Amino acid sequence: MSGPSTYEPKYAAAKWMDQRLPIIRMGADFMTFPSPRNLNYWYTFGGILALCLVVQILSGVILAMHYVADVDKAFASVQRIRRDVPFGWLLQSMHAVGASMFFLAVYMHMFRGLYYGSYKAPREVIWILGCAIYLVMMATAFLGYTLPWGQMSFWGATVITGFFGAVPVVGESLQEWLLGGYSVDNATLNRFFALHYLLPFVIAALVGLHVWALHHVGQNNPIGISEKTKEDTLSFHPFYTVKDAFAIAVFLVIFAIFLFYLPDALGHADNYIEADAMKTPAHIVPEWYFLPFYAILRAVPSKLFGILLMLGAIVVLFILPWLDTHKVRSMRFRPIARWFFIFFIFFCFILGWCGAETPDDLVFTVGYKPMISDLALYAQAIGQSVPTGEALTAFSQDALATCRLDGSKSLTEYCAAKPYGLSFYRLSQIATIYYFAYFLIILPVLGLVEKPIKRPDSITKAVLGDGKRGAALVPAE
Amino acid sequence: MAFKTPKTLILGAIIAVASVSGLAFAAGGGVHGDYKMKHPDWSFNGAFGTYDRAAAQRGYQVYREVCASCHSLKYVSFRHLGDEGAPFYLEDYPNPSDNPYVKNFAADWMIADIDSETGDEIERSGIPADYFPMPQPNEAAMRASNGGSLPPDLSSMVKARSNGADYLYNLLISYDSPKPGDVELTPGLHWNPVMEGHKIAMAAPLSEDIVTYEPVETMDHGEMKIVDAPAATVEQMAADVTHFLAWTADPKLEERKRIGMMSIIYLLILSVLLFLSYKRVWRNVKH
Repeated sequence: MSGPSTYEPKYAAAKWMDQRLPIIRMGADFMTFPSPRNLNYWYTFGGILALCLVVQILSGVILAMHYVADVDKAFASVQRIRRDVPFGWLLQSMHAVGASMFFLAVYMHMFRGLYYGSYKAPREVIWILGCAIYLVMMATAFLGYTLPWGQMSFWGATVITGFFGAVPVVGESLQEWLLGGYSVDNATLNRFFALHYLLPFVIAALVGLHVWALHHVGQNNPIGISEKTKEDTLSFHPFYTVKDAFAIAVFLVIFAIFLFYLPDALGHADNYIEADAMKTPAHIVPEWYFLPFYAILRAVPSKLFGILLMLGAIVVLFILPWLDTHKVRSMRFRPIARWFFIFFIFFCFILGWCGAETPDDLVFTVGYKPMISDLALYAQAIGQSVPTGEALTAFSQDALATCRLDGSKSLTEYCAAKPYGLSFYRLSQIATIYYFAYFLIILPVLGLVEKPIKRPDSITKAVLGDGKRGAALVPAE
Repeated sequence: MAFKTPKTLILGAIIAVASVSGLAFAAGGGVHGDYKMKHPDWSFNGAFGTYDRAAAQRGYQVYREVCASCHSLKYVSFRHLGDEGAPFYLEDYPNPSDNPYVKNFAADWMIADIDSETGDEIERSGIPADYFPMPQPNEAAMRASNGGSLPPDLSSMVKARSNGADYLYNLLISYDSPKPGDVELTPGLHWNPVMEGHKIAMAAPLSEDIVTYEPVETMDHGEMKIVDAPAATVEQMAADVTHFLAWTADPKLEERKRIGMMSIIYLLILSVLLFLSYKRVWRNVKH
């Protein structure tokens, strides 16, 4: 909980500043901020995210000094950055890999929030601000991905801006207004660059509010019991500054491995091909961090409903504090909810997998069905000609009836064996249903009926392990 | 759920990396079932990979004599050939524009230019600052001289295909693999099991001894070495041109891996020091 400031300016200059703008006081209070003593490594991702934002802004601003946002020059300017700008290759890779690392950290940070109930009262606004940051991050990432003007950049932009055309009545005009024309072209690229430069500073402002709200309410902790006494807490500095620093160093090792040794592993090879409006890539896929939402989008046949479902998947996060009404915060003490949460994580990975694949492809093959590969050949075999019009359907059915299969091979020359099984389309439907069921049905119901296991009285009691059942669940570190 | 938390962090990261890298392999298309892709052990593979300069030099020769008639290399400049890490780098010439190889190769090419006095369009021989010229002045001309298909630019070709080096090598050597009976090819298209869709507009570009190899001189750990000319078989030329194009796609590979090794060692030492600091700060604190 925020309490009175304990900062006492010692030097005349510091006193002078404190009377005019208490920014040193703010910094000092951050350092002495009382944080629960039982935080685990899942709580280091906030600091990691701040680092990611700074890395992206710094590398981005320098890249922007060399990048040209014109359809004829964009790809070439990125090539120039990679080949000729001193350490341009490092900045460009840092920015591209940094975006993936940013999303990796934000997903860990969000999963932490979901598990420990960090969205529950009185932290609803922190959570909503966090969701807003996530939304703006997604927009920024999408805009940034179009800038290199590769094939995926162009076609990804075409797909996403196509969504706006699905809005009833005003859709077409809205889409043209956003694009600056009838299709993705120079006007689009130019404004995407302007917005991509702007939104990270919107993120920074939202992060400021996010941290302010956090400092007002106080940090949540793994057992979800609020701080009761001073004994429950430790000063942020040096305890959590050093722990965050260690976690950041480990994060940077992973970042460095991708940056220096696997710079293209998280991207798509097609983006090294210059954008060509005349050539559609075989598979248009977004970056990995959008794949779950891409899967949800394609889980239904209707374009508008798919878009609404995809947006709904993000909107449902905003209202989570009012969906999960259980009075216990941490899932450590909610064994049933914990299992549903594990399934949720599992289905998020499944959705990500489905997003990368073609919906019609099969996850696994159950068996084979016959299909006609050459109707003319059947007609020839029975000495007739292929009919037209209404008789064609009956004729095809007769042909199908004569097909014989042996496993995956057809024994009849005009037939083929078509595999059937679970398609990615079906799998993404199952996963989407679970995704929404988790938020809209499971959590609200559990909020009413789940009996939590016994919780410790306080953080200190949990840390000291006074024999209560809850204490055994606290990590022994 | 009481994992040792540093392990959880790493476990979570590994899961994320594994699931994401798996997706990297989910690229579409695919090699025709009967053809077995060869995976040569490229010298630039792996964490300590470097470019085989002799191979890249021969690859430049193959590009110059075989590929350049149709394929552009528009993002590469002649001076890039003399950069540190490049096939024709010479220690005595840190400025690649002074490098005698670079100057000679540049002069080999004709560059379209404007006469600064008369304003006429002229062709002059290249200088190191020039970029590799387009084989034809515009896209329409390129399509017209290639049966309607546009030969793609090769500057980043190895990065523009998943498993790029292996893809390129196998594409060049697999032209004579047997064509299945039920595949129809319109005139102008050729069977290639590696190409997406298995039909390619480019006729087999390499044939035995189409290029005459000579011994090449390269820098090897600060010393000039002579490397003997290998036999100009299709596999050899394919490997060499792949090597050259791997360099054009990623000229900073050696610098990147070198700096990467130092950075990761630095970060690992830093992590250990910070971990020990963390333990020290928290040693008497119940948590």
